[in-house]
Amino acid sequence: MWTFLHKFASPKHFYRIAGKMIPWLAALTVLFMVAGLYFGLFVAPPDYQQGESYRIMFIHVPSAWMSLFVYVFMAVAAAIHLIWNIKLADVMASSSAVLGASFTFLALATGSLWGKPMWGAWWVWDARLTSELILLFLYLGYIALVAAIDDKRAAGRAGGVLILVGVVNIPIIHYSVEWWNTLHQGPTVTKFDKPSIHLSMLLPLLLMAAAFQFYFFTLVLMRARTEVLERERRSAWVEELLG
Amino acid sequence: MDSLVAAFLALLRRDLMLAFRHRGELANPLIFFLMIVTLYPLGVSPDVNLLRQIAPGVIWIAALLAALFSLENLFRTDFDDGSLEQLLLSPQPLPILVIAKVLAHWLVSGLPMVLLAPLLGLLLSMPATAVKVLVASLAIGTPLLSLIGAVGVALTVGLRRGGLLLTLLILPLYIPVLIFATSAVSAAAAGLPVAGQLYLLAALLALGVTLAPFAVAAALRISLS
Repeated sequence: MWTFLHKFASPKHFYRIAGKMIPWLAALTVLFMVAGLYFGLFVAPPDYQQGESYRIMFIHVPSAWMSLFVYVFMAVAAAIHLIWNIKLADVMASSSAVLGASFTFLALATGSLWGKPMWGAWWVWDARLTSELILLFLYLGYIALVAAIDDKRAAGRAGGVLILVGVVNIPIIHYSVEWWNTLHQGPTVTKFDKPSIHLSMLLPLLLMAAAFQFYFFTLVLMRARTEVLERERRSAWVEELLG
Repeated sequence: MDSLVAAFLALLRRDLMLAFRHRGELANPLIFFLMIVTLYPLGVSPDVNLLRQIAPGVIWIAALLAALFSLENLFRTDFDDGSLEQLLLSPQPLPILVIAKVLAHWLVSGLPMVLLAPLLGLLLSMPATAVKVLVASLAIGTPLLSLIGAVGVALTVGLRRGGLLLTLLILPLYIPVLIFATSAVSAAAAGLPVAGQLYLLAALLALGVTLAPFAVAAALRISLS
């Protein structure tokens, strides 16, 4: 186990192992996504209240989950990078940022598309929507900081500190926003009680969530491989690999 | 221990003295604070009822921006003349020295805003009870703004064009402070109890004082490595 981890953490072996893992992860992504979309779009019955439009949930909810997951993933990677100085962890964190921001944007965009027919507005200052928007700002701040620092190593470490500060703040932001919303919100947005979800809808949701996870890991490994090549371009193994 | 206290006080005195030698710059954040607040009646409406309603948010957003722009100078001159490196090389623990710097900065930029706040409350015709809570919320909240902001400044100090980037990094982290503070002031204006919000702000301040200096110290070491 440890030898595997040590090997995995060295850029050369990571490049090779990740290259072998990517096709499998991609295959799993396709498999789960096809199954999830089939069950979600054809098998699951229409909702008795929302009709067909609830089906956007099968994209919306997994992206919202992923938007949080990726941030925590980045925070763990940043902590590993700052504590043990493992370069690969920083590669992982910086490769994830754009993906996390994209998932956050996707969650916001699909939520907005769903909100128009359901709530009658593209955007409401609901607690969850607002927290998700702030999360997007946090991602964009990280991306901007890393892009602004020329030295890649310093950029990774500075970004790591920012991510860790952010991860401490996310619960505070979330609860403060929730609290703000309950104070201010009038009865304009009716928040209907969520009925406990039926299995025929839960199954495609979980399938899609798994598909999104595999999708994220496929992409992050692809991005990380490119990043490793770029960072290690002066080393012997890269020159040998690329001729 | 004694040497640590001596170093803390020496740094505090040095920063305060530097600030008072540049008296002209001291007033800038305050004038900025005042100007932003002045823009609202001009831009929104001079209607007293409306102003009273939006006053907590207006004053707090102005304070947020003024704090942000004044923060830019927190480490900048020290970075330019090399004394920041000396600070990092000193045998004293860096987080404590960071607290001294942030405290000095708050004394010359945050505290004047707290003192100016009643005047702004009057300009926006806030009720007297709300003005008191406004001052209290600023007294607890502005040190927190300085502490959180210091992390962002430490991360961007080595960059040439750090100003706008600093705003991007820090403003999302200011949101809880803004929410708790404005809701305390609004509650006071409506005659509701405000202890809960102020306690939460104070809890955030306690968290900030304990954690932020370590993040600032780590960020400074990265920026200067």
